[in-house]
Amino acid sequence: MLETLAFYFSRAVQQGIPLLFGSTGETLTEKSGNLNLGIPGVMYVGGICGVIGAFFYEQSCGGDAAAMNAFLAICIPLLCCLAGSLIMGLIYCFLTVTLRANQNVTGLALTTFGVGFGNFFGGYLIKTTGSSVASLSLSATSSFFRQSLPFASSLGAFGTAFLSYSFLAYLAILISLYAGWMLRRSRTGLNLRAVGENPATADAAGISITRYKYVATCVGSMIAGLGGLYYVMDYASGIWSNDAFGDRGWLAIALVIFTIWRPDTGVLASILYGGLYIVSINNILPTGGVGAVKELYKMLPYLITIIVLVLSSVRNKRENQPPESLGIAYFREDR
Amino acid sequence: MEEKKAAVKLRDITKTFGSIKANDKVWLDIYRGEILALLGENGSGKTTLMNMLSGIYFPDEGQIFVDDKEVVIRSPKDAFDLGIGMIHQHFKLVDVLTAAENIVLGLKEPGRLDLKAAAKRIRAICDAYGFDVDPNQKIYDMSVSQKQTVEIVKVLYRGADILILDEPTAVLTPQETDKLFAVLRNMRNDGKAIVIITHKMTEVEDLSDRVAILRHGHFVGDMLTKDTNAQEMTNMMVGHPVVLNIERPDPVNPSPRIEVKGLTVRSIDGVVKLEDVSFTARSGEILGIAGISGCGQKELLEAIAGLQVVERGSISYVNDDGSREDLLGKDPLEIAALGVSLSFVPEDRLGMGLVGSMDLTDNMMLRSYRRGKGPFLDRKFPQRRAEWVVEELSVNTPGVSIPVRRLSGGNVQKVLVGREIASAPTVLLTAYAVRGLDIGASYTIYDMINLQKEKGVAVIYVGEGLDVLLELSDRILVLCGGRVSGIVEGRKTNKREVGMMMTRLGGGTGE
Repeated sequence: MLETLAFYFSRAVQQGIPLLFGSTGETLTEKSGNLNLGIPGVMYVGGICGVIGAFFYEQSCGGDAAAMNAFLAICIPLLCCLAGSLIMGLIYCFLTVTLRANQNVTGLALTTFGVGFGNFFGGYLIKTTGSSVASLSLSATSSFFRQSLPFASSLGAFGTAFLSYSFLAYLAILISLYAGWMLRRSRTGLNLRAVGENPATADAAGISITRYKYVATCVGSMIAGLGGLYYVMDYASGIWSNDAFGDRGWLAIALVIFTIWRPDTGVLASILYGGLYIVSINNILPTGGVGAVKELYKMLPYLITIIVLVLSSVRNKRENQPPESLGIAYFREDR
Repeated sequence: MEEKKAAVKLRDITKTFGSIKANDKVWLDIYRGEILALLGENGSGKTTLMNMLSGIYFPDEGQIFVDDKEVVIRSPKDAFDLGIGMIHQHFKLVDVLTAAENIVLGLKEPGRLDLKAAAKRIRAICDAYGFDVDPNQKIYDMSVSQKQTVEIVKVLYRGADILILDEPTAVLTPQETDKLFAVLRNMRNDGKAIVIITHKMTEVEDLSDRVAILRHGHFVGDMLTKDTNAQEMTNMMVGHPVVLNIERPDPVNPSPRIEVKGLTVRSIDGVVKLEDVSFTARSGEILGIAGISGCGQKELLEAIAGLQVVERGSISYVNDDGSREDLLGKDPLEIAALGVSLSFVPEDRLGMGLVGSMDLTDNMMLRSYRRGKGPFLDRKFPQRRAEWVVEELSVNTPGVSIPVRRLSGGNVQKVLVGREIASAPTVLLTAYAVRGLDIGASYTIYDMINLQKEKGVAVIYVGEGLDVLLELSDRILVLCGGRVSGIVEGRKTNKREVGMMMTRLGGGTGE
């Protein structure tokens, strides 16, 4: 019984980690007043860029895990992923901060672009391998990414529940906890919150709005991009197939609202979301033999997000509201 | 008098916004140990000039000297580094942060963020100048004057010794103003240079050591306050002699128009805002409403306009033929159709009545779009009306198709008040119509209100200063804590009597 619970818990965590990366990145971005609806696209691009890097490194080694250097096998996809999502973040910033384009339109365009970009190159790579199935397998690289602590499996339920994950999962949790601390306690966090709440005030206090928006959004994009990488290399065991990433990007954005803009709360919340997600894809809850009922379960995460939204607006506590200037471009000499 | 060295010298400063020249070759000297009042009509470029000194705007041309050294101020941070701090008219505070967090915001002190140490320093500054600030209080929990105090402490915390205050008293009660002035005098005696932008002549005479005057972006002149008077300053501001008294024509056969009986209003939290208020507003008469801020004036006007939930009482509209219509139970639209027009100028000006991103014509249309036949909007009529308001109130704007928020604060207000008056009402409810307006524009608005009165409109006027209220109103209804303290004749009463009634029901000392 305990073993089963621990197993499902670990599945929930693995489902939750991409969402956690995405929501931490998006929270940082939103705290600077940028509503980046391009996060699903950013995560998608992060994933495919990691895949591209891994693919070429694997090819150069003949696809043999033994011939691959563990350090390079991890670093190349990681850097490709970070670079890809950084470019997405830069595009978003250039359009919305420098050119002051509408944030919603830009974000949605980036999502469309990112998914198209991923599917195009994903499809291209799948074709070059001449594989009969519509997917690309990078199991060698994935095996490096999926390394967990060697003694975890010998610790029973405890090991399964807490120690069985790969380094990216722990990195996600560390980043979230650090982001939470930074926003609440550090000078940078205070300045960042001020930029998102009231840029004119922050500007008058001598904070560079443009720099904060760029850095927060780009760093946020890179963190979110890691979510895409984790999904491919870890959760999907190195199998890339087009559109398999699904609606995780939107779930990450919903998670931001669910955590009321607190990245550290996101650690637990992402596990909850992950749990709800596996409920919908595994046969845990009764479906009565009707497959369509599964689709109903899929809406659970969104349903609880709506409930949180309702509750937080009913309580109407100022601290629980989104950053005040979220979605609004700032121009100093505008009156 | 000994020769003082200027702390700040502005030379040939020019700044243009699009086609508007906000400042044109302005010269200005600011001295330490002196309070300088910067005067000018709305849109004469006072705020723009000071924004350039505090790094919000960058001048197109000209030089700035601080302590005889030429400086370039590119950002607010540069200004702080030079010891220049500005308290803006719209407070620059982040609502969800505490006072201390707002004060240390953007500072690059070494080490970790230490709010406890900051709070200690804040308390020390407060003790030195007589402020009262709780460092851990959230801004959204604060009153307007507390927020202003936080702003002042913020610039002092940053070590500013040149302070600029943009219309600091526009939102303060008289008591709060006195407190602020005492603090400012303290700071002057401490050797700080202080610039205050204001419209109120009494404050200029009361507080400042020197005045400098701008007109249409040009520097007109400066002089010692003790060597001049309100009339001279006004003439310099406007550019031609202005008559500084308000006419008060006698009402022509007034007849009851609005009858309020036993009106009781509670706020959402259950606090009684108005209790058993009864009065009659007559056509062709100005009924002034006096009372300290928050004593129910706003609720009273809103109740008449149909925007307040009324607990008890009745409000009726009396037609010319003597028949009555009950206003309670009618929605604001039906009330407006009777000719009851409300122009309420809130503290932030744009909050009620105007849409910032729409142009003048569209804002006029907010009142008129329901008229006309067919599915199409009539744009000609609101455009004519916008042009009329611009013309009549000399609104400083490049045209009627510019978003309202691009106009300076005073001009925005002229548009709002102008629109309400232009809608040819039978009852004109107006609150703080001249809030923050310069003296020329204020008198234009008084004249317009008088004109409405002569046309037979029943005017209910809520004003900020008692002086004007006493000069303008035919009768004055004094409110005290939501109850009617008394109704007095405007011609027979005086400031003292009304002041007493504002603070005590009935005004007597023995009651």
